[in-house]
Amino acid sequence: MSKRSIVPFGPQHPVLPEPIHLDLVLEDEKVVEAIPSIGFVHRGLEKLVEKKDFNEYVYVAERICGICSFMHGMGYCESVENIMEVEIPPRAKYLRTIWCEMSRIHSHLLWLGLLADAFGFESLFMETWRMREKVLDMFEYSTGGRVIFSVNKIGGQRKDMDNDMIREFLGVFADMERDLKELVKTFLNNSAVNSRLRDVGFLSKQQAFDLGAVGPFMRSSGISRDTRKLGYAAYPFLDFEPITSDVGDCYARTDVRIREIFQSIDIIRQAAAKIPNGEVSVPVKGFPQGEYFMRVEQPRGEAIYYVKANGTKFLDRMRVRTPTFANLPGMLETMKGCQLADVPILILTIDPCISCTER
Amino acid sequence: MPENIIIPISSEVLLEEVLKMKGSSCRLVQICATRIPDGYELSYSFGKDFDLYTLRFNIGEEVEIPSISGIYPASFLYENEIHDLFGVPIKMISLDYKGTLYRTEKKTPFK
Repeated sequence: MSKRSIVPFGPQHPVLPEPIHLDLVLEDEKVVEAIPSIGFVHRGLEKLVEKKDFNEYVYVAERICGICSFMHGMGYCESVENIMEVEIPPRAKYLRTIWCEMSRIHSHLLWLGLLADAFGFESLFMETWRMREKVLDMFEYSTGGRVIFSVNKIGGQRKDMDNDMIREFLGVFADMERDLKELVKTFLNNSAVNSRLRDVGFLSKQQAFDLGAVGPFMRSSGISRDTRKLGYAAYPFLDFEPITSDVGDCYARTDVRIREIFQSIDIIRQAAAKIPNGEVSVPVKGFPQGEYFMRVEQPRGEAIYYVKANGTKFLDRMRVRTPTFANLPGMLETMKGCQLADVPILILTIDPCISCTER
Repeated sequence: MPENIIIPISSEVLLEEVLKMKGSSCRLVQICATRIPDGYELSYSFGKDFDLYTLRFNIGEEVEIPSISGIYPASFLYENEIHDLFGVPIKMISLDYKGTLYRTEKKTPFK
């Protein structure tokens, strides 16, 4: 047996945008075990719910993460709305769906750029982020913010998009779809990219299930489950199916996320065609009492929002289980037997968000 | 409409109930603790397709509970989180960080 050594990886590493530390147990260049360590940026946002009015907490929930901020705000609002049995107007449901899918597109483009940067393809990274910039511009145009949007509230939305704006967005997405079709040829067909992604970091369907993986990471291993099918927002009225791959390697995770971008553009088109006119919020009176587990499909996978309310303006508990938290055990499994040089790619292909994870 | 059910149990039968979930091909979705006046309320959520089943029980202060990491290996992160933030003692976690998963300034800040 080769001599074992331990190599510390992170929390500061060129490929990691956020802090996670791994102790990599190596035999020569082969990883035999990886022990994770997080907790560098724990902020205790869940505890704040005991001191903030439940309406004001929407702004705190949005700040759990700068990439999925819209969905965090929406997930929290939907939990409280379920407890209070508030039915939001149909137009608000469609607005939530459109902004959710815009979040998914920008998150997946961000991830593709980071992946290109990780394997040293700088021009591909810049092209991907150039495209992502257009989505952020649309967010700014429709909400006034590029990172924190503050358009969710309990009972609906604070802002509306007029139909001219939606038509304008569809034009931008049509251009983006055309450009993206060219761009993804490099991700999926370039031999240098393929050599870094194919046959690396396998996670079988059974392992993905046993280890509780979620989102594109899970669907790339052949499990067809997408929380949007639960029926929140306007998803029950739109036609889409979970995108999967049976391969389970890093290439499959890239392929699934790329196809999800095209799917999101299609969902936005469907929503734009069906969005009804009308109000975007309803007045909400009283305080919530009860509890609810809300599930939302974020770009990285299923997120859980547990809210427990006591009939006052302060909640007893707000707990978020983020997709990265659920995907860490699966990520550790993919590392067993991999080469040390592949570790950065394996970490990236779960699309980790440590800010979400530590809350 | 998918089910979203909370199942009250006692802490003594936790492993038995979790084994039943495993036997029913449920996946572990999340584990969390909530502070209550005399201790903690613990929720273990499992999913099957889109249905969600949550095992729920209360424990007093400093009452030790068994880890379910022998049944669901991915539970080790949730259990370390509950230990670090709330101070709930959990025995036999497969990977026990012994209070160092979260580097918080104050020990067990959610206690």
